[in-house]
Amino acid sequence: MTEPVIEVRGLNKHFNIGGGFFSKPNDVVRAVDNISFDVMRGESFGIVGESGSGKTTLGRCMMQIIKPSSGSVKFHGTDLVGADQKTLRQIWQAIRMVFQDPQSSLNPRLRVIDLIGQSISKAEGLKGAALADRVSELLTKVGLRPEFLHRYPNAFSGGQRQRLGIARALATNPEVIIADEAVSALDVSIQAQTLNLLKDLQEQYALTYIFVAHDLAVVEHFCDRIAVMYLGQIVELSTTTDLFQNPKHPYTRALLEAVPIPDPRARKPRRLKGEAIPIVASKGCRFSPRCPHATDMCRETVPTTRKIDGADVLCHYAGDI
Amino acid sequence: MMPLTPMPTEPLVEMRGLKTHFHTDDGVVKAVEGVDLDIYPNRTLCVLGESGCGKSIMARSIMRIVDAPGRIVEGSIQYRSAEGSIVDLAKVRHGSRQLRQIRGQDIAMIFQEPMSSLGPIQKIGQQIAETISLHRDVSRKEAKEIAIEMLDKVGIPRPRERFESYPFELSGGMRQRAMIAMALSCQPRLLIADEPTTALDVTTQAQILDLIAELKEEFEMGVMLITHDLGVVAQVAEDVAVMYMGKVVEKGDVYSIFERPQHPYTRALLESVPKIGGEKRDRLPAIRGMVPHPLARPTGCTFRTRCDHFMPGICDVNEPAMVDIGDSQAACFLHLEKTHD
Ligand SMILES: Nc1ncnc2c1ncn2[C@@H]1O[C@H](COP(=O)(O)OP(=O)(O)OP(=O)(O)O)[C@@H](O)[C@H]1O
Ligand SMILES: Nc1ncnc2c1ncn2[C@@H]1O[C@H](COP(=O)(O)OP(=O)(O)OP(=O)(O)O)[C@@H](O)[C@H]1O
Ligand SMILES: [Mg+2]
Ligand SMILES: [Mg+2]
Repeated sequence: MTEPVIEVRGLNKHFNIGGGFFSKPNDVVRAVDNISFDVMRGESFGIVGESGSGKTTLGRCMMQIIKPSSGSVKFHGTDLVGADQKTLRQIWQAIRMVFQDPQSSLNPRLRVIDLIGQSISKAEGLKGAALADRVSELLTKVGLRPEFLHRYPNAFSGGQRQRLGIARALATNPEVIIADEAVSALDVSIQAQTLNLLKDLQEQYALTYIFVAHDLAVVEHFCDRIAVMYLGQIVELSTTTDLFQNPKHPYTRALLEAVPIPDPRARKPRRLKGEAIPIVASKGCRFSPRCPHATDMCRETVPTTRKIDGADVLCHYAGDI
Repeated sequence: MMPLTPMPTEPLVEMRGLKTHFHTDDGVVKAVEGVDLDIYPNRTLCVLGESGCGKSIMARSIMRIVDAPGRIVEGSIQYRSAEGSIVDLAKVRHGSRQLRQIRGQDIAMIFQEPMSSLGPIQKIGQQIAETISLHRDVSRKEAKEIAIEMLDKVGIPRPRERFESYPFELSGGMRQRAMIAMALSCQPRLLIADEPTTALDVTTQAQILDLIAELKEEFEMGVMLITHDLGVVAQVAEDVAVMYMGKVVEKGDVYSIFERPQHPYTRALLESVPKIGGEKRDRLPAIRGMVPHPLARPTGCTFRTRCDHFMPGICDVNEPAMVDIGDSQAACFLHLEKTHD
C-alpha cells in the first residue's frame, strides 16, 4: 500500500452539555471518542453512521476548525493538533472541507466570483478576466453555468448551492478533500456527474477523499474503505467490498438493512428500534441497548477493537454471529 | 404488494397553470412555468426532478414565501379548508390574517436547509413551544410538554435536555429533526417536506418517514415530499410527479412511474440511481449535457436538448401537452404520435 497522508491517533472531542435544568452539570457528550485510523494517498475513505454519531465533529477536529480534546492528527507527518495559525493556514489550502449545510457555510453577501475566487487570488494572485475564467471553468466542472458568476448564493437552488461548495473546495488544487454530505442534496443525475468528476480528479491528481455520507449506495460506489461510526466510535473499518458483502458488526448490518430500495413492490417493514443515547455509561458496549445479539457480557464489558478477516471490528461476538 | 390507498375524491390542493417567475436584472427566470398538480389528503405525493428544476420554488409558492424578486405571475392554488371552503392561495394578500392562519397551522413546511428556519440564538425547545402556543390553544406548560413529546417522536435522544440546546449544539441531522418536530407539532392538514431526510442516515430516515406516514394516516394529512432519493420515493409515495425546467413532465401512481416510465427524462432518472450490490461500474450513468440556462429555455420541449429521442421538426417546434398513457400522464411527443396513429 502507499503511504498514509493522514494519520489520526486517539482523537477525542468531548462536549459538556451541562446547564440544562434537568441534566447533571457534568454530562459529557463524547462526540469523538478515541478514534484512530490512517488515510492513504489517492484513496477514498468513507465515513458512515447514524445522525449524531460524530462524523461532522470528526471532520472539523481533523481540520482544527474545532479544537480536539486530545489526540493527534498528522498530515504528512506534521501534527495539526496544536499547530500555529500560519501552519494551519497553509494546511487549509491543502486540505479542504465541503460543509454539510451549504446555506450556512456560504457567505450570502459574496457573489459567486468572490466566493470561489478569493482563495484562488490569494494563492495564485489571479485577477480580473483570468480569475473569472478560472472560476467559470470550476463552475462548469461541477455542472453549473458559467453565466452564474455574478449571482449571490441565495439565487441558487439547494443542490446548486451544494455544488458551489464543491467548486470552492476544488479551487485551490487541494490534496485532500473532506466532503461532509457533499452530494446529498443532488439529484441522481447530477450526483452521478459530480461523483464521476471527483473520480476523474482523483485519477489526475491523486486526490485523497474523506467522504462522509449517509447514502450507502453512493458510498459503496465511491469509496475504497469505509469506517462505520456509532456514538463517537468507529465500530467497523473495512474495505468496501468486505463491508457490503460480509458486514461483521451488528450495527453495520442494521444500517445495510435500513437502506430504502428503489422498488415500490419491495416496501419494508420497520427495522432497527430504539435510539442512540449520546451520553453513555462507561459500562459495556454502546450498541448493546439496541443490539439483537447482546448478552450480559456486552452489557458489562467494554469491547476492544479486534481484527477479523482483515476488518477492524468493535464487538465481542463479531465473527461468531 | 401494498394496496394503494383508495383515491379520496377531493384534493386538498389543486394547482392549475401555476407560474412563479424571478424578475432579475438579466431577465426573467421562469422557475415554475405552468404546473398542474393535485395533493390529496392521506396520500403522499413525491416530487422528483433535477436540481434547479423548480421544486422548492413551487413548494414555497404554496406557502407564499417566495423571496423577492420572485412572485407568482399566473395560475391558481386552490386550497380546500377543513370547513370545505376554497381559498386561492395564489391570490390571498400577503400578511393577511387568513394567510398567517393557514400557514403553520393548516400547512406546514420542512425546509431543505434546516438552519434557514431555525433561529440561531434561541433554544430549539423554545422555538417549537412558541410555534405550538401560536397555533394551538394550550398553556405554556402544555406547549413545552408537547414540544418535548415531539422531540422524542422524531427520535432526538434525551428530549427534555435537548429542549435546552441551541441549534449549533446539535448535529446536522438533529437540527433537521428539530425542524420536523416543529412542523408536525401543529398537526397540519398538509405537510410540505422539502428534502426532509437528505441529511439523515438511513435508520433515522426510516424513523422520520414512518412518523410522517403515521401522522398522515392518523390525521388524514396530505403530504408533498420533495426528494432526490428514489429509494425513499419507492418506499413512501402513492403519487409521483417528475419536474423538468419548471414543468411537470410526468405524473402518475408510484407503480406506473417505476415500472412503466413514459417520459425519456423519467427513464433517464431511474437509470442513474446507484444501487447497492449493483454491478461495479467505474462511472455512473448521468444524463448527458447540462440543464439549459434558465434565461435561454429551449423552444418546444425543454428536455429535447438532452433527449435521446429528439425528433427535429417536432420536438423543437411545439410544446408537448400532457397526455394520458395508462394510469399516468406524460408530456412527450413520442406518445402523442402514438395516440394519433
Ligand atoms: N432569487 C433568485 N433569483 C433568480 N433565480 C432564482 C432565485 N431563486 C431561485 N432561482 C432559480 O429558480 C430555479 C428553481 O429553483 P428551486 O430552488 O426551486 O430548485 P429545486 O428544484 O428545488 O432544486 P434543488 O433540488 O437543487 O433544491 C433555479 O434555477 C434557481 O437558480
Ligand atoms: N458545539 C457543540 N456543543 C455541544 N454538543 C455538540 C456540539 N457540536 C456537536 N455536538 C454533539 O456531538 C454529537 C455529534 O455531532 P456531529 O455533528 O458530529 O454528528 P454527525 O455524525 O455529523 O451527525 P449528522 O449525520 O446528523 O450530521 C451530537 O450529539 C451533537 O449534539
Ligand atoms: Mg454531520
Ligand atoms: Mg430545492
